[in-house]
Amino acid sequence: MVRMKNQIQSIAEKYSNDRTRLMDIFWDIQDLHGYIPHKALRVLEESLDISTADLRETLSFYHFFHESPSGKFNIYLNKDVASQLKGHEAIYAAFETECNCKFGSVCMDGTFGLFETPCIGLSDQEPAALINLVPFTNLTPQKVKDIVAALRAGKELAALVEQYGYGDGANQQIKTMVCSNIRQLGPVFGEKISTGEGLAQSLKSTPEQVIEEVKTAGLRGRGGAGFGTGMKWSFCRAAKGSTKYVVCNADEGEPGTFKDRIVMTEYPEQLFEGMAIAGYAIGAQQGILYLRAEYKYMQDYLEGKLKDLRAKNILGQNVLGKSGFNFDIRIQFGAGAYVCGEESALIESMEGKRGTPRVKPPFPVEVGYLGCPTVINNVETLAALPYILKNGGSWYKGFGTEKTPGTKLLSVSGDCEKPGVYEIEFGMTVREFLAMVGAKDAYAVQVSGPSGECINAQQSLDRKLCHEDLSAGGSMIIFNKDRDLLKYMRYFMTFFVEESCGICVPCRAGNIVMRNNLDKIRAGHANQEDLDNIFAWGQIVADTSRCGLGATSRNPIVSSFKNFPDLYKKLLDEKTNPLYDASFNLEASVEDFDRALKEQNQIGRNVHA
Amino acid sequence: MPKITFKIDGKQCTAEDGQNLVEAAADNHVYIPTLCHMKGEKCLGTCRVCMVKVNGKDMAGCTLSVSEGMEVTFDTPELNDKRKALIEMLFVERNHFCPSCEKSGRCDLQALAYRFKMHIPRFRYRYPFFEVYSKVDKLMLEHNRCILCQRCVEFIRDPDTNRKIFSMRNRTNKSMIQVDYRLANKMSEEQIDKAVAICPVGAIIKKGQGFDEAYGQRKYDQHPIGYEVDGGTNSK
Ligand SMILES: Cc1cc2nc3c(=O)[nH]c(=O)nc-3n(C[C@H](O)[C@H](O)[C@H](O)COP(=O)(O)O)c2cc1C
Ligand code: SF4
Ligand code: SF4
Repeated sequence: MVRMKNQIQSIAEKYSNDRTRLMDIFWDIQDLHGYIPHKALRVLEESLDISTADLRETLSFYHFFHESPSGKFNIYLNKDVASQLKGHEAIYAAFETECNCKFGSVCMDGTFGLFETPCIGLSDQEPAALINLVPFTNLTPQKVKDIVAALRAGKELAALVEQYGYGDGANQQIKTMVCSNIRQLGPVFGEKISTGEGLAQSLKSTPEQVIEEVKTAGLRGRGGAGFGTGMKWSFCRAAKGSTKYVVCNADEGEPGTFKDRIVMTEYPEQLFEGMAIAGYAIGAQQGILYLRAEYKYMQDYLEGKLKDLRAKNILGQNVLGKSGFNFDIRIQFGAGAYVCGEESALIESMEGKRGTPRVKPPFPVEVGYLGCPTVINNVETLAALPYILKNGGSWYKGFGTEKTPGTKLLSVSGDCEKPGVYEIEFGMTVREFLAMVGAKDAYAVQVSGPSGECINAQQSLDRKLCHEDLSAGGSMIIFNKDRDLLKYMRYFMTFFVEESCGICVPCRAGNIVMRNNLDKIRAGHANQEDLDNIFAWGQIVADTSRCGLGATSRNPIVSSFKNFPDLYKKLLDEKTNPLYDASFNLEASVEDFDRALKEQNQIGRNVHA
Repeated sequence: MPKITFKIDGKQCTAEDGQNLVEAAADNHVYIPTLCHMKGEKCLGTCRVCMVKVNGKDMAGCTLSVSEGMEVTFDTPELNDKRKALIEMLFVERNHFCPSCEKSGRCDLQALAYRFKMHIPRFRYRYPFFEVYSKVDKLMLEHNRCILCQRCVEFIRDPDTNRKIFSMRNRTNKSMIQVDYRLANKMSEEQIDKAVAICPVGAIIKKGQGFDEAYGQRKYDQHPIGYEVDGGTNSK
C-alpha cells in the first residue's frame, strides 16, 4: 500500500501534479498496474487536488482505461465495417474459443481480456486486433489460434510480431506487422523534398506572408469540415494572448480512415515541419500531436523523429537560426473515444477531462488549449505545408478543382482489389476512382465514413470528389452487390450511439430512437410512417445537437435511403390501414407467456409423475 | 454597459450588449424555456430546449449573446415541435413516473411537458433499469429521473476544497451522475437544499423530506412554468 502510494505520487510528480495531464497520469498508472486501481485515485485526489468523483469522470469516459483488473493481454478486436467485410465473425468466435472467455470479459486465470473496439485505422488489412495495443493484422481463425497459444506459452509480443514479419517502408523500423499499402502517390506527397526546406523558406518571410501563401494555395482542412487553413491561422494570429498553441489532430477516428496513419509513419518529418510552419505563422512556441491510443505502437518511432528534428534544429531554440523563433512538439495520447476528434473535445481531453465538445463560441482559435488561442489542424493538412511553402501557393492551387485545390489522400477499403492509400487530385470522378482501386462490381461506396454519404456507385459514376460535389474526407469503403447494405448502416448507427459523448439530449437519446426504427424496418415490422419518422426525427437531432457528431449521425440512414430507396421500401409492411400497427407481432408478444405456460405444465406433469 | 436593441419574432427588445439571450429575453418578458441554464451562471448547453434561429440557423439560445440589430426567431411551429421532441426524448430515455415523484408539481421537466401539451411521447419508452443510489447519509440519487443537465456537477462544490461532489460517469446513454461519497457526506443541510432546488427534476432527493406541499399549492399548481416571465401571454 505504501509502495503503491509512492509510485502514484511519483507519477503525479512527473507531471508536476498538474491535473491537466491526467490522461498521461492514467496511462502511466495503467502501464504499471494493468488497470487504474481505486486506491490510486485516493492518492491522486490529494496530489492533484481534485475529488475521486472528478477523477472517475475522466477515467470512465475512455474505453481503453480499465477501472478493474484487466487481462495480462488485452485483446481489442476491431468490430467495424471494414472488419465485418473481411470475416470478423469467424475471428470473434475464434478468440472466444481460444481464450476461453466472452468478449467484454477477462478469462478466469486473468491471461486474456477480450474487448471490441470501433475502427482501429487498419481497414486495409482487416480483420485486425490490438493486443496490448500492438497491431495484429490480416487475422484468420488459424492465426488467432496460434497467437493465443504462443502468448499462453509465454512468447513475447515483440517476438510474435517478428515471427509474422514486419510491414513495408517505415514499418520495418517500427517493427510492426502493419503495412503502409501506398498504392499511388500524386504531385504533392510524391515529390522528394528534403527535411527543413519548406520551413527554411517560411522563415525567410514574415508570418503574415506565410499565411498569405497558404491562402493563395487555397488549402482547406483535411479533417472533414474543409475550413480554409490560411483563414483559420489568421484568426488565431489576430487573437489576443502571448501564448498560443498548434495542435495536430491525429485522432483519426472516422471509420474506414487510415491515411493519417501513413502520413505519420512515412512522412513524420513533413508533419512535424508543417507544425513548426504553423507555429511560426500564428506565433506559437508549442505544438502538440494528439495521437489516438490505437496508434501507440508508433510512439517510440515518432519520439525518435522528434529527437532527430531537434538535433537538426528544425525544432528547438532559434529554429534554423531564426533568432527568437522557438518551437517544440510533444505527443499527447488519447484513450479511445471517437468524439475526441472533434476539436473542442480534443482540447478538453488534452486538459485531462472528458472528451466533451465545448459550447461554442468561443472557438479554439480564440480560447483553446489552457484558455489560449489554438490552431487545430488535421495530420494531412499540416504535412502538406512544407511542399506548399517550398513550391509556392500558386503551384499547389494548380492541382485539383477551382473550389477545392490540391490533392487528397484516400483510405480505400472493402470490396476492391487494391485497398490502401491513394493520393488523388480533387475532381477525380467516381468512375475513375473505382477503376483505380479495382472495384469491378461496386454497388455502394461509403464516402467520408458514416458521417459522410453512402452513394449508389453505378448512379454516381460522374460525380466528382471535391467539396463542391462529393466531399471526400478520406474514408472510402466499397460494398459490392452481395452485401446487405442496411446491416452496415445499422452498424454505423450503433457506432454513433456508442460514441456519443452523452452531454446533449438529442444525440444521446435521439440516435437510439433512429436506430430502433431502422431495426423495426429491417425486421419487416415497419410502415411508411416509421420510415417518415426517421427522417423527421433525424432532422431534429441534426439541428439541435451541440456538435458535428449529432449533426451527422442520421447520415447513414438518410443517404442510404436517398440512394437506395428500394432497399427500404421493399421491407415496409404492405398493409396500409392506419389502425393496423405493423410493429405488433402477436407470436412474439405472447412468447414469454407461452413459455411460462409450457414450463408450468411441465412442472405439473413432474409433480404428478 | 451600453444598451442595444434586438428583435425576438419581430418584437423590439433592449438589453445590455453581450447579455445572454435567454436572460435578455426574460428581461423583455419573453420566456425561452430551458432545463439546464441558470441565470447568471456559466452556460451548460446540454438540454437544447432553448433552440432559436439566428440568420436561419438553429442555435441553442443559452449559448448566444445578444448584439445590436440581432434578429431572433423563437416562437414558430417548427421550433416548438423541436423543443417538444427534446422533452419527449427525456421522458422516454429514463423512467419518469410523475405521480409518485417528490418533485411533482415543482419539476421543470413536468411543467414544460404541460406547457408543450405533451400527451404521449412520439418515441417509444425504453424503460431502462436504474437503481436508486442511497448510500450517502442525507441524500439520494434517483437516476430514473435524472436528465443529465449537469447543474449539480457544475454548481455544487465542496466549500473547503472547491472539489466536485457530483460528476458524470461513462458516456453515451450509459452516462450517469455519481457522487463523491465522502464529500457528499460532508454536505451541509443548506448545501443539500441547494442541490435539491437546482436539480430541475426529482433526481436529487433529501432523505426524510418528501411531499411537503399539498396538491394545488405546489409551485406549478399556482402558475405554469414561465409565468413569472411572460405573465401567461404565451403558452409556448
Ligand atoms: C465527431 C467528430 C470527429 C472528428 N474527428 C476528427 C479526426 O479524427 N481527425 C481530424 O482531423 N478531424 C476530426 N474532426 C474535425 C475536427 O473537429 C476539426 O475540424 C479538424 O481537426 C480541423 O482540422 P483541419 O482544418 O485541418 O481539417 C472531427 C469532427 C467531429 C465533429
Ligand atoms: S452532439 Fe453528441 S457527441 Fe456532440 S456534444 Fe452532443 S452528445 Fe456529445
Ligand atoms: S441529478 Fe438533477 S441536477 Fe444533476 S444532472 Fe441529474 S437532473 Fe441535473
